[in-house]
Amino acid sequence: MTVRLQATTLVAGSAAAETLVLSEPLSFWGGLDSATGRIIDQWHPQKNEVMSGRILVMRAGRGSSSGSSVLAEALRRGTGPAGIVLLARDAIVTVGAMVAAELYGKACPVVLASEADWTAVTGAASLSIDAQDEAATIEI
Amino acid sequence: MPVALSSFDRSLLSGEQGAAAAFAMRLLVRFAEAVGAERFTDIEAAHIDGCLYLGQVSLDFVEHLVRLGGRVRVPTTLNVGSVDLIHPELFLGSDEVGRGGARLMQAHEELGCVPTFTCAPYQTIFRPCFGAQIAWAESNAIVFANSVLGARTNRYGDFIDLCCALTGRAPYYGLHIGENRRARVLVEVESLPEEWAEAGLTCVAVGHAIGRRCGDRVPAITGLPASTNEDDLKALGAVAASAGAVALFHAVGLTPEAPTIEAAFQGRVPEEVIRLAAADLLETVRKLSTVPDGTPLTAVSLGTPHFSLAEFEGLMPLIDGARPAIDVYINTHRAVLEELHRRGWEERLREAGVTLVIDTCTYVTAVMRDLSGAVMTNSGKWAYYAPGNIGVDVAFGSLADCVASARAGKVVRL
Repeated sequence: MTVRLQATTLVAGSAAAETLVLSEPLSFWGGLDSATGRIIDQWHPQKNEVMSGRILVMRAGRGSSSGSSVLAEALRRGTGPAGIVLLARDAIVTVGAMVAAELYGKACPVVLASEADWTAVTGAASLSIDAQDEAATIEI
Repeated sequence: MPVALSSFDRSLLSGEQGAAAAFAMRLLVRFAEAVGAERFTDIEAAHIDGCLYLGQVSLDFVEHLVRLGGRVRVPTTLNVGSVDLIHPELFLGSDEVGRGGARLMQAHEELGCVPTFTCAPYQTIFRPCFGAQIAWAESNAIVFANSVLGARTNRYGDFIDLCCALTGRAPYYGLHIGENRRARVLVEVESLPEEWAEAGLTCVAVGHAIGRRCGDRVPAITGLPASTNEDDLKALGAVAASAGAVALFHAVGLTPEAPTIEAAFQGRVPEEVIRLAAADLLETVRKLSTVPDGTPLTAVSLGTPHFSLAEFEGLMPLIDGARPAIDVYINTHRAVLEELHRRGWEERLREAGVTLVIDTCTYVTAVMRDLSGAVMTNSGKWAYYAPGNIGVDVAFGSLADCVASARAGKVVRL
């Protein structure tokens, strides 16, 4: 049965893919190899996981603002995530995805889920996101 | 909640102020929503950290704005680039970074930015006034502008710094707002190591400690030496912003928003009190070195953030005499270089075996000729980043220790 959850659009677009649910926030700067889409932060529990083509689910962003460039560069190269679901607003992630959309037309929707839905979102093996300017939905 | 837009903001978005400004404003509105700002404010100046080549996207972004006819709306300074355009022969990196880096610097000039190429724009004629609303990037410049000058900026970075410059607007949140600038943590320096004659080492040690222990909370520091000068505060802020996310500190009796402890805390009570004694400061400084005394050196690197004219004035009496046994690099910027030239010091420094690096910095790009051994520095920031960035071992010490070690070719302490 499909469950449809209301969410907030940070960056518009739509995507459907399997998820990569991070147990801790990731800094893209120093944490993501834009050439491969691999997590390279030595201290991150999901080091070596690849986010390419998956929907990245993480509670919040972290780290240097240079993370925006790294995310945008990964999306340019096609190694970045298909979409991102956050629980806390994050400027670094938003700006990186916006720049890739504006410069390269590569949409990586970024949406904000609600606290009440977080258990369902993090438990899903795959998700689809439909993020319009006015509102977004997440389907599990 | 949507961001409130002024009529000028709407005119920017509509394209009336040009296609590049419209593009920049669209990004700024999304950014403002993401950080929870309620409105925008005018800014007097911007400082852009976009000249380091981080990949094709760095160049694509700026070239896009150039094609759209973009022009900055406020005086805008530039941070270091990947190459020294004054001494291009110093660059030892790949063709991609060399060419892309030089083009990136030039493209920013085409947008109307001033080619300062320095991490210390506060040492130039673009130094902001007390209370000025600005949008600055580069962590040490941000903390200096907020703390030492009392100007007001958040930690801007990638893309957004340039969007603020192209629109003359910044989201009104965080440290733009007076009440958010109050101190949260009281840092009491209780005693100083007797062997430290100058304030420099104390400031690096305190900066490192507040970076690690305060995160992004504003600290107010008491007990710094009375001789603490502007370059000491520069070093303190730079290492604090490297080891943590510090964007503003108050030094009671030294910085403009902290004439008293009460003023720094805006009448409120500290959330936490951190006490630092001489032994803590000695231990912090000791840990900045990754090699023991006596280790052979391949180079000495000074000037991170960029060496000021006052720092050169302190250095000049030390350089006469025996030449260094190893490479000595000093990072600085064009305005200081011009003054060194005028005073005849550029020639004296060269004769004394010093390589001046302009427009860039030895830890962010390939300039140093020999990275096979350890490098000594008097910069807490350089000591923090260089092992990861360029893979060298580091010895940290005072300026006088660095000069003596350059002559000895190994780490010595005076």
